[in-house]
Amino acid sequence: MAGAGDIGLWTIPVAVLGGAVRVSTPFLFVSLGECITERSGRINLGLEGTLVMGAMAGYGISYLTGSPWLGVLAAGITGMGMGALHAGICGLPRVNDIAVGIGLMLFGVGLAFYLGKPLIEPTAPRLPSIDLGWWTDIPQLRAALRINALFLIGVALAPILLWALRTTRWGLIVRTAGESADAALAMGYSVNLIRLRATMFGGFLAGIGGSFLSLYYPGSWNEGLSSGQGITAVALVIFARWNPMLCLGASILFGGAAALGPALQSVGFSHGYHLFNAAPYILTLLIMIATCSPKRTLIGAPAELSITR
Amino acid sequence: MSANHLRLPPFGPKFGGAAEYIVIPALALFSSLVLFGIFVASFGKNPLDLYFYMYQGAFGTWFSWQNTLTRAAPLILTALCTALPAQLGMVIIGGEGALLIGALAATGAALVLPSAPPLLVDVAMALAGMAGGGLWIMLSGALRHYRGVNETISSLLLVYIALAILNFLVEGPMRDPASLNKPSTYSVGAANMIGSIPGTEVHWGLVYGLVAAVLSYILIYHTVFGFAARVAGGNIRAAKVVGLSVGRLILIICFLAGAAAGLAGMMEVAAVQGRANANLAAGYGFAGILVAFLARQNPLAVIPVAILLGGINASGGLLQRRLDLPDASVLVLQGVIFVMVLASDTLYGRWSIFKGRAS
Repeated sequence: MAGAGDIGLWTIPVAVLGGAVRVSTPFLFVSLGECITERSGRINLGLEGTLVMGAMAGYGISYLTGSPWLGVLAAGITGMGMGALHAGICGLPRVNDIAVGIGLMLFGVGLAFYLGKPLIEPTAPRLPSIDLGWWTDIPQLRAALRINALFLIGVALAPILLWALRTTRWGLIVRTAGESADAALAMGYSVNLIRLRATMFGGFLAGIGGSFLSLYYPGSWNEGLSSGQGITAVALVIFARWNPMLCLGASILFGGAAALGPALQSVGFSHGYHLFNAAPYILTLLIMIATCSPKRTLIGAPAELSITR
Repeated sequence: MSANHLRLPPFGPKFGGAAEYIVIPALALFSSLVLFGIFVASFGKNPLDLYFYMYQGAFGTWFSWQNTLTRAAPLILTALCTALPAQLGMVIIGGEGALLIGALAATGAALVLPSAPPLLVDVAMALAGMAGGGLWIMLSGALRHYRGVNETISSLLLVYIALAILNFLVEGPMRDPASLNKPSTYSVGAANMIGSIPGTEVHWGLVYGLVAAVLSYILIYHTVFGFAARVAGGNIRAAKVVGLSVGRLILIICFLAGAAAGLAGMMEVAAVQGRANANLAAGYGFAGILVAFLARQNPLAVIPVAILLGGINASGGLLQRRLDLPDASVLVLQGVIFVMVLASDTLYGRWSIFKGRAS
């Protein structure tokens, strides 16, 4: 490597930057969706299953129709269905939402592997990327700045959701259901219906996050596609204090952590590669240790949420 | 519906409660099988063939019984990893991680004792596996108690960390250079392998599982310690008021839970694989969560449920060969059962037939 391509140790931060943008997108979509679901007072731990189902459905529809964007839509609708299933079961009296989430995680992963068996071989059209690095000659930087439109949509969605939660009537209803089911009931709203819609919205976004995995990065469908991004994103919402803008920041941080291993490998530092793969999970754990407390409930936690009570 | 069961004689107050805990899960299981039959039928397979091959592959022959029991052994132990903390009201889903760490610790113990007598090596492997798995889940318990970190999420994160440690050790420091296609550690030695129960192909691990389940049952239901745990699980404030050390309970129970799953990992190394490699992450830890929930977190009920689930696992191969179903069909069925069992929670206390004198 010589000349314009040789940027020495700068390769690592540039690769981490590019990786952070790529890897953070599924985190971003899942955590934004889960943020809304949790603000309505219910936790959906099944998003890992939703993510994998979305990845499978997106890939399948993209392969069948030739349009990756139709695949993204199909992934969202699939995720919405999974969300409706979770909310429908949790709407029954005396059913535990955390346990149902675990059940749906296993169910979604199993179903996606079953239905996705014929999709491992074929190659589906992938999502295009937007070249934001036209101004530079450094190939590594250019590669890092080749960004997917879904990432930009997610970045735009975060402030919109924050605004919607804070100022719109719809946001107020969701927050009321999350803070006090009785208050929502007294206002004449069905708590189950609010949570059904919030969970379906969360599932929709998680499904889209899954389609990013199969249609952009890594960009193929196989059974090892997701390794806990869904559940990490649920933890990330807690870290982000149920605030969509903080979800955005946290997702990029996590994406950077996950990109560290491949970035080091790209400069030939491959010792302990697998340990670096654990970085996002270790980071999640450390952050939860640092921010949780046994004595008080978390600031910003919806009062109806079973996970913080 | 209501008119119908008014005519039936009541079960009576004595058996009503217990019957409910058998009838409702059985109903959930039955409806899951029907749903799965419909699912498979929608792919053009005959559901009657499906049930026949499932039965055949699970319990139809002596060979399939042995296969079933071999798979039930780790499931009993990983189910205890969820069922024991559940007595304290904790939802631990990290059995898979404790299994992997236990397997690694057990392999390590065998590798540092190259020339010791096999019995000593096996004891050392079991102790190391239990200690490794136990500490792994105890970490989740400690984080919950001292830092308020949700144990469900932390135990699942620890699964992925355990998987990374396994991959790192197996492909790095502990790797046997002779294992080319499938990176593995050095073999623990053929002499150190746990044999089969005489007259069968089922390894002794099944006995470990049975003993662990019975001991857990005695601990929870027939000792003061278990009583204290159940008090704390019912109402943590009441437990503190009567002076129970909740932190100690959490740490000990979580250690025992992880030790069970770690023992399952040791068993998979010492009785099945002979070495540690990626084959260990076969999903026993996750299926164990389902077993625990289906058994309603009762350590004794875990035994029959694990055999049932082991049977479903065992029939996967036959379904694949005879009906050309993907290997993931077992996962789908497990998922359907899990969801149906949880949804059936809503039925408890609703049917007057179980209440003796109808209220």
